[in-house]
Amino acid sequence: MMSQEKIAKEMFLPAEVDATKSEEISKPSLNYWQDAWLRVKKNKGAIVSMVILVLLTIMALVGPLLTNYGIDQQNIKHNNLPPRIPVLEKVSWLPFDGDLTRKNGDVYNAYEMKNVDNYYWLGTDSLGRDIFTRLWKGTQVSLYIAFLAAAIDMVIGVLYGAISGFVGGKTDNFMQRITEILVGIPNLIVVILMIIVMDPGILSITIALTITGWVGMARVIRAQVLKLKSQEYVLAARTLGLSNGKIISKHLVPNLAGVIIINTMFTIPNAIFFEAFLSFIGLGLQPPLASLGTLIDDGFKVLQLYPYQMIIPAIVISLIMICFNMVADGLRDALDPKMRD
Amino acid sequence: MAKYLTQRFVYMVITLFLIASLTFFLMKIIPGTPFSNASKLSEAQLSIMIDKYGLDEPVPVQYANYLLNLLKGDLGVSFQFNNVGVTDIIVNSMGPSATLGALAILFGTFFGIILGVISALKQNTWVDYSSTFIAVLGKSIPSFVFAGLLQYYVGVKLGWFPVAFWRGPEYMVLPTIALAMFPLATASRFVRTEMIEVMESDYITLAKAKGASWFEIAFKHALRNALIPVVTVLGPLVVSLMTGSLVIEKIFGIPGIGEQFVKSITINDYPVIMGTTLLFAALFVVVILIVDLLYGVIDPRIRLAGGKK
Repeated sequence: MMSQEKIAKEMFLPAEVDATKSEEISKPSLNYWQDAWLRVKKNKGAIVSMVILVLLTIMALVGPLLTNYGIDQQNIKHNNLPPRIPVLEKVSWLPFDGDLTRKNGDVYNAYEMKNVDNYYWLGTDSLGRDIFTRLWKGTQVSLYIAFLAAAIDMVIGVLYGAISGFVGGKTDNFMQRITEILVGIPNLIVVILMIIVMDPGILSITIALTITGWVGMARVIRAQVLKLKSQEYVLAARTLGLSNGKIISKHLVPNLAGVIIINTMFTIPNAIFFEAFLSFIGLGLQPPLASLGTLIDDGFKVLQLYPYQMIIPAIVISLIMICFNMVADGLRDALDPKMRD
Repeated sequence: MAKYLTQRFVYMVITLFLIASLTFFLMKIIPGTPFSNASKLSEAQLSIMIDKYGLDEPVPVQYANYLLNLLKGDLGVSFQFNNVGVTDIIVNSMGPSATLGALAILFGTFFGIILGVISALKQNTWVDYSSTFIAVLGKSIPSFVFAGLLQYYVGVKLGWFPVAFWRGPEYMVLPTIALAMFPLATASRFVRTEMIEVMESDYITLAKAKGASWFEIAFKHALRNALIPVVTVLGPLVVSLMTGSLVIEKIFGIPGIGEQFVKSITINDYPVIMGTTLLFAALFVVVILIVDLLYGVIDPRIRLAGGKK
């Protein structure tokens, strides 16, 4: 039923239209980055992921220094000890009490059995090395490879794409044919072949990852540059006599920044995955170096007896991958002009 | 169309030729002979072997021979398994890989589509959020990590399915799930986005106005159009399956091409490495081509030859 409330007559008067007021800017004007930041802030997943990533990066840098154990310091008597953390070991439902389960279901305390007084926060591996130290060192190496690969991809890809798009004509045609062929080559195969030829190491893995990695970036940048260089403001700048270099640095690069960042953010988890993948099929870093991939690979070998050795690095790599993907998704939504409403 | 096809075909041949040459020369760069770990061989035996495999000829001649043999479908002879042709090795290990790949892509896309449709229809509810969560996990967690965890918790702890090997249908469950996670995640995301867009179009409103049931609208009207863009991700999906199969087959001890490849890397069996590499590359370019063509066939709005974007 309609409500019987009486509406005052003044409510039906035409509203006053003040042209000066309707044109008034009520909010502070925002530039591209402020606007993007507002959008990112709304995306809770991306913000949480960013915080987690910062924490993980800090831990990767300071983590190995927090314990008294070196990354390759072995103590055979203390091998395969499960995680034990002071104070937390009293909390029965947390897996930090140093207990292990035998195959027949018996639970025993590995520390008491081996007469060990030390605390290994995340346990030790089959050679008696402290997993906490190795885990963060491994995270450090994995992140390092990923950032380096992403940076190299970015530089080569942006240069290649920008030159191809900006110069145009025959140069563009020629450069495009090359990328078309490179795109057809599965990068998995190139990476594996390169590693077989070069000895596995941090640098060779990075190089292998970047050999075909830049193609995606180059194609996106070229498409963007082609679109941007025919815009009116570039024409205006050219008419006013701006040099090519100035046009690139003043007009093109700022407009490309969003695309570059989004692409780089997707490259990083990809590189982390490939590094771990290579380690897993036996083409990764050689001991005593550790990366998340080699830790998972080592842990996998003793998965049935000492599951924590694989689960701990698995959690860290999954966290990193999830967070990078979430941040990249968030940034894409925030920076992609097509998504603007 | 014909022009486009020829152009694509030429690119395909160039790509394959490049990969074949690349693998050949890379294998030549590697120091040492393939027999360096067979120390039992005497000098005479060694020279017989080298002569037999044509390793004493100049590299250009070897290269020409290699390419000629490739055209005949002969990928050479494995160094490690006595006199077994690489082609035979590949053909023999193709079965399990193909089965596993087909199962993974079927289950992955099927459940992915269902998940995507449900979360699009129940947009911004807990159903949507949890399916988004599953998709993020599926896209982010590396398949070998997932496989290892499945093996431990479902295989060892719960004992529901066999932990490894390839002896019957029940052995296929865990590897299929591990491999299907990525296709599932990708498909569900794509279908969700497309469904939401399609559900807002006029013909859906019309169908609603005419009183069509929810089920009819979702599956008869909307899904058909929402599925078209999903075809484009099939290419990357197949590639991810290849990458995944290498580790999944290793983890579960499945006698497929991926496992063969990993094994040949560890024992430096160059002809097998080269053969499998070429096979992967050929599969890759053919799949990409098929996907591109399919796209044109399914969606008449896209004309490959003329109005290509």
